[in-house]
Amino acid sequence: MITFDAVRKQYPDGTVAVDDLNLEVEEGEVVVLVGPSGCGKTTSMRMVNRMIEPTSGTITVDGRDVMQTDPVKLRRDIGYVIQQIGLFPHRTTAENIATVPELLGWDRKRIRDRVDELIATVGLPEGVADRYPHQLSGGQRQRVGVARALATDPSVMLMDEPFGAVDPIVRGRLQDEFLRLQAQVHKTIVFVTHDIDEAIKMGDRIAILAEGGVLQQYETPATILAKPANAFVEDFLGEERGLKRLSLIPVKEVAADRGPVVRVGTSAADARQIAQREGTDWVVILSEDATLLGWTFIDDLADPIDGAAARPFATEVNAHDSLRAALDALVGSWTGVAVRVSDGDHYEGLVTREMLTAELREDTKSAA
Amino acid sequence: MTMALLAQTGRPFPDWAWFNERNVGELRELLIEHIQLTGLALLLGLLIAIPLAVAAVRWRRVYSPLLAFTGVLFTVPSAALFILLLALLPQRPPFGLGIGTSLVGLTIYTLLILFRNTVAGLDSVPPEVTEAATAMGYTPGRRLVRVEFPLALPVIIAGVRIAAVTTIGLVTVTAFIGQGGLGRLFLSGFRTQYTMEIAVGLVLSIVLAVVVDLALVLSERRLTPWSQSRGAGT
Repeated sequence: MITFDAVRKQYPDGTVAVDDLNLEVEEGEVVVLVGPSGCGKTTSMRMVNRMIEPTSGTITVDGRDVMQTDPVKLRRDIGYVIQQIGLFPHRTTAENIATVPELLGWDRKRIRDRVDELIATVGLPEGVADRYPHQLSGGQRQRVGVARALATDPSVMLMDEPFGAVDPIVRGRLQDEFLRLQAQVHKTIVFVTHDIDEAIKMGDRIAILAEGGVLQQYETPATILAKPANAFVEDFLGEERGLKRLSLIPVKEVAADRGPVVRVGTSAADARQIAQREGTDWVVILSEDATLLGWTFIDDLADPIDGAAARPFATEVNAHDSLRAALDALVGSWTGVAVRVSDGDHYEGLVTREMLTAELREDTKSAA
Repeated sequence: MTMALLAQTGRPFPDWAWFNERNVGELRELLIEHIQLTGLALLLGLLIAIPLAVAAVRWRRVYSPLLAFTGVLFTVPSAALFILLLALLPQRPPFGLGIGTSLVGLTIYTLLILFRNTVAGLDSVPPEVTEAATAMGYTPGRRLVRVEFPLALPVIIAGVRIAAVTTIGLVTVTAFIGQGGLGRLFLSGFRTQYTMEIAVGLVLSIVLAVVVDLALVLSERRLTPWSQSRGAGT
């Protein structure tokens, strides 16, 4: 756990970088510090391992006051990843990852085993161990940076725009990978970015800072998007706040419309009745074990119903997808209806544009 | 010029008879002396320049004065400097016409290049690498030895190459103050008007400079395998 208690950083020229910062980062939580440049987010992060020292106030890491801890020892206990990654150009991948274990004097065997383990953990191909950084791709370098920070399995990690140096496509993939990794390792992480979308995606909680290092709001992404604390936060969240919020909600969290469902073997008359009740001129056809077969117009029904007439749905969403992804899929659909499945082709119901619009209205209501 | 010398001396040129047993034996000694003087001057130069460079990187304010000082030393004409040193240094060995006076002069000439390149080398270390090293828990001293110096090495070695070639040339000048390595061949060649002797000294000192330079290039490749594809000395 990391706590900031009334932390202030003022430079000799009078500039205040961080002003009266109070913040708690729980064990195993990713807290993203986000804000425009000059908001003191990087300064705040760097005070945790004493790369910068606070003018007043107290920062503790796992209960220890950092100012009472030897900086060299403190830093060896805290993982650190920066934007340019800062790999040592004169050391191979394996040597880079081994940096802190070597400083701590681990024996060779233990270091080698740990390096091999980490190369696998962060998803690097095996052949890279003996390559120098300039022989790696941007994405690989970034993974080496993360592996190096994880080398001694520190409980706390500091990450300063760790995905800033790679192109957007690779960035998205690295973010997903990192979230999967974090789900296994449960590090306590302070993560700095200027990108609100990255903050929403990566953070368990987000701290939004304004120029001069003043904390504006410290909440979960969903709460911040639903209820921005003030005009600054609202402005910083930018356009499409509702859409951003939809991206946080998985499809499975909203009730699905059951729809006009018939199973193979039902008589055509029963099927027509079901369609009539739902007000449609078509039905969803499932197999006996609720596997989705497709849909068909009631006029084309066989009697009893078989799977032969079933046409595939044009728009399909997975229960794990976000509502934003569902909306995106529906925008392109002329029927405004998507079928919702889980575990491949298990039918769960229908998602309509109206349901998503209702969810967006919910958002506006709670924000008001 | 060779034609003029030939006309003056009247001895045959090239005179392969010069390579008799006595001369070849002496040549070997002169070559060793030349290499020793060059190597020692470079070593002393590095021992002085590196701490100065580390200080200049740490305290920026001393950089300009140090650069100006070593720069002024570098501009003093070599003959003048050696004569001056002969007058200023003690007369007893190893100074006077001993190796000491020559070494002091040669070392002084290496300082500007070695100092400037070591500073440039340390400055070329990417700031994010230094930051990462600090954040990983390197102490400043260990960081200097394990991270900054290795990364500065290509630029430092580029300086050593220039200093080495310059020094090999300057060693010949120290023939005037009792040393000189291959330079002694010039002195005695001119004295006895023996063109062959001058030519041997000339060719060998050029060959020595080229060989040493190549050796340094190869050692740089060996020492910095990580920078090969980025070219030497950058």
